[in-house]
Amino acid sequence: MSINYLTPEFVIERDRDRCIDCQVCVRQCANLAHSFDEEDQKVVSDDSKCVNCHRCVVLCPTRALTIKRNPLEFKENANWTPKAIREIYKQAETGGILLTGMGNDMPYPIYWDHILLNASQVTNPSIDPLREPMELKTFLGRKPEMLRVEDGKLAEKLPPQLELEMPVMFSAMSFGSISLNACESMARAASEVGIMYNTGEGGLHRNLRKYGKNTIVQVASGRFGVDPDYLQAGAAIEIKIGQGAKPGIGGHLPGEKVGEEVSATRMIPIGSDAISPAPHHDIYSIEDLRQLIYSLKEATNYEKPVSVKIAAVHNVAAICSGIARAGADIIAIDGYRGGTGAAPTRIRDNVGIPVELALAAVDSRLREEGIRNQVSLVCAGSIRNSADIIKAVALGADAVYIASAALIAMGCHMCQKCYTGKCNWGIATQDPNLTKRLNPEIASRRLANLLHAWAHEMKEMLGGMGINAIESLRGNRLMLRGVGLSDRELKILGIKAAGE
Amino acid sequence: MDRIPDSAKRKRVYAREEVCVGCRLCEVYCIAAHSSYKNDLIKAFKRSYIRPVPRIVVEERKPISFGLQCRHCEEPECVKGCITGAMQQDPETGIVTNDEARCIGCWTCILACPYGVIMRDYREKKVAAKCDFCIENGGEPACVKNCPNEALYIGDVRESCDDAEGGPDK
Repeated sequence: MSINYLTPEFVIERDRDRCIDCQVCVRQCANLAHSFDEEDQKVVSDDSKCVNCHRCVVLCPTRALTIKRNPLEFKENANWTPKAIREIYKQAETGGILLTGMGNDMPYPIYWDHILLNASQVTNPSIDPLREPMELKTFLGRKPEMLRVEDGKLAEKLPPQLELEMPVMFSAMSFGSISLNACESMARAASEVGIMYNTGEGGLHRNLRKYGKNTIVQVASGRFGVDPDYLQAGAAIEIKIGQGAKPGIGGHLPGEKVGEEVSATRMIPIGSDAISPAPHHDIYSIEDLRQLIYSLKEATNYEKPVSVKIAAVHNVAAICSGIARAGADIIAIDGYRGGTGAAPTRIRDNVGIPVELALAAVDSRLREEGIRNQVSLVCAGSIRNSADIIKAVALGADAVYIASAALIAMGCHMCQKCYTGKCNWGIATQDPNLTKRLNPEIASRRLANLLHAWAHEMKEMLGGMGINAIESLRGNRLMLRGVGLSDRELKILGIKAAGE
Repeated sequence: MDRIPDSAKRKRVYAREEVCVGCRLCEVYCIAAHSSYKNDLIKAFKRSYIRPVPRIVVEERKPISFGLQCRHCEEPECVKGCITGAMQQDPETGIVTNDEARCIGCWTCILACPYGVIMRDYREKKVAAKCDFCIENGGEPACVKNCPNEALYIGDVRESCDDAEGGPDK
């Protein structure tokens, strides 16, 4: 075997004055970066195996460990960066496509950070959310053209609506791509807070059926786990056309992860690869999509809203117009920073467009066409905090999906190694030794805490703008100003520059 | 209910096998808690010439693992078997402790214990070491306090700690 040119990406620094050789790090690293040397009676580390997930660092009882980027330098070169060189070494070694996990980490502009919020001063009063009621309640679904009222009551039945206590949902992550404990944590938190979580294309495990009221069941190109009970089990159905992290690419859950439970839930044989085709092979047009939307509505007695999720791509506004006309009740737009359990690196880092621009373009287009009321818009793809949510709502979103943020709340440290199945935090793995590390009681509590905290912050920001209901902010782009953006970008976002 | 049974007041440490990560931090903190440096892990491990033995042991056959320590039985065999009266049960709390001053290290308790949770301690004089519910540290067991995944918890004794269920549902 010839020499491997790849040097360790990280170095593990062990403070020998603090290390007590208790071997907690040895037991916790699924990548086997730490080991106990019986002869010397001390713990030693192998830098080359470290993925910088911080599991050992966080569990070390004496804080003896630090992980640092390997200071080893290549000859400085602005073009041939260490990343570019290392990727070539890796591919020359393996002959394979580069794989990665989580969302696009390239330094593209983050438009949220170029948008600022308004606040009331003198001419209009701000509102103190601790003293006055503040409404975050959100309804997702088709809204009628007009309301007819008879005897003080609605004369016609409203189309089915999803009721959310705050405009946030957990986006689709399948059982298979993440552990059942992770799914359960989100289901529990969603039912506690009064929002939705999404099954992803993994079917619905029998233990999670009880959270049906807070579940969106997904139908994707592999149709895994779909049967009449499944469609009835949730509060809404989502057709997944695409995903922000890998637009135009399907999914592949390797057979090793398809154990007994995943197999039963996905309704596929144990150990078989679960391959989701890139397209739905029965959807090659808007008309085909309409057929599937109405098939699902028919199957569920027109009682559940149907959502269509697409990746934000170049022609997103026209596509969404088509989806709205095809009969979708909700459109979820997933930007290029959206996460994934596994994607080809080149796709993740180079395909798709920023969700901020996509969202603004879609909202403008649907308004121009007079069909904005026919669908609710859900913005997905790296919503990092409550300010991002407020900005998304002001740009035109009815609600947002969060996934990376939810995983981080549960313990994810963004090491981007989800695809290896060795997640040391018990999230992106099916290894029973690792999945039990995620205690659903703790994780659901942390998720609920995060949502409560964000709800408080959103109310503060709304109050500052003198708005007492999230409904009044929706599409209210006058509350936004851009900084450091070109005229063209401001135009697409539909916002003024700061100072205007 | 006419009378609250005694057992209602009694607390025990219970394990949740399904979330035990097998890190053995309970053992690490148990060692420190029974050393002369109760709140300093580094000194407890580096200064103690011979460390105390952990009084909780993680039983493991992967992926199953759980921390096991003295169950503080209602009718403890170790107390019955002790030939010097060193091993005693607190009538109020039911906590079983070993008075190391009176213990002669005959290991009768170790033979009698059905759970195998009494350890041999050779640090100074030869004595039996076992979980004392961290009474000296305020009765908050170090293992429970420091379990990173809440896989150990303190619960009320429902009936007998000897029952096959192993404790109350949480």
